[in-house]
Amino acid sequence: MPLPHLPLDAITIGAHAADWPAAITAAGDALVRSGAATSAYTDRMIEVIREFGAYIVIAPGLALAHARPGADVLTDGLCVVTLAEPVVFGHPHNDPVSVIVGLAVSGADDHLQFVAELANVFNDPTVIPALAGASTAEFVQRVFGQTEELS
Amino acid sequence: MKIVVMCGIGLGTSAILKVNAERALDRLDIEASVQATDVAGVRAAAADAQIILTSSELVEAIGQTNADVIVINNYFDVDELVAKLEIALGS
Repeated sequence: MPLPHLPLDAITIGAHAADWPAAITAAGDALVRSGAATSAYTDRMIEVIREFGAYIVIAPGLALAHARPGADVLTDGLCVVTLAEPVVFGHPHNDPVSVIVGLAVSGADDHLQFVAELANVFNDPTVIPALAGASTAEFVQRVFGQTEELS
Repeated sequence: MKIVVMCGIGLGTSAILKVNAERALDRLDIEASVQATDVAGVRAAAADAQIILTSSELVEAIGQTNADVIVINNYFDVDELVAKLEIALGS
């Protein structure tokens, strides 16, 4: 299973977020816009961080916003939000966050392959700074190996 | 050998850690099974595990364990995983 499609409406460049819940909400909004989830999923992504802490900041500058599968996930989806001003999540090593990748998965078992694809993208250490500095959504699509021709 | 990767909810972040831990083990030429779990399931999953990989944020949630707990800062840095696994496994 390749990465879920990353349509242009699932990408937000230069979002303004005052704090981490606002940053996660921007990612949730992108998943809602692209039809991957309802706004209830946004609340659950925030809840995960309230419960377990900022562990979703899994690399310097990058947060992987996600929650468990649920009725509020309409289809497997991916979104990318870059922040105009980096936001502190409370992670001891990887703060502040400039890029949020949001993930909605409809089933826990079948998501491993596309997470592996996500790892392929981000194992290149130049990718997070490149995304943080992106000025267009089309550039972000290209970083993820996706272009409009695929849509 | 068994390695457990733990995150808050047992998917997404732990799946990324699982994929990259397997890449690190390949590089070290070590055979091990890597199981992803969540905070609620870690005690059962780690009962027969040698190593638990997780984030610094979640170490306290593990509680008592006989496994070595290794904190990974950058889940996408296979070099960090290789270096820390090498130390833990004394190879």
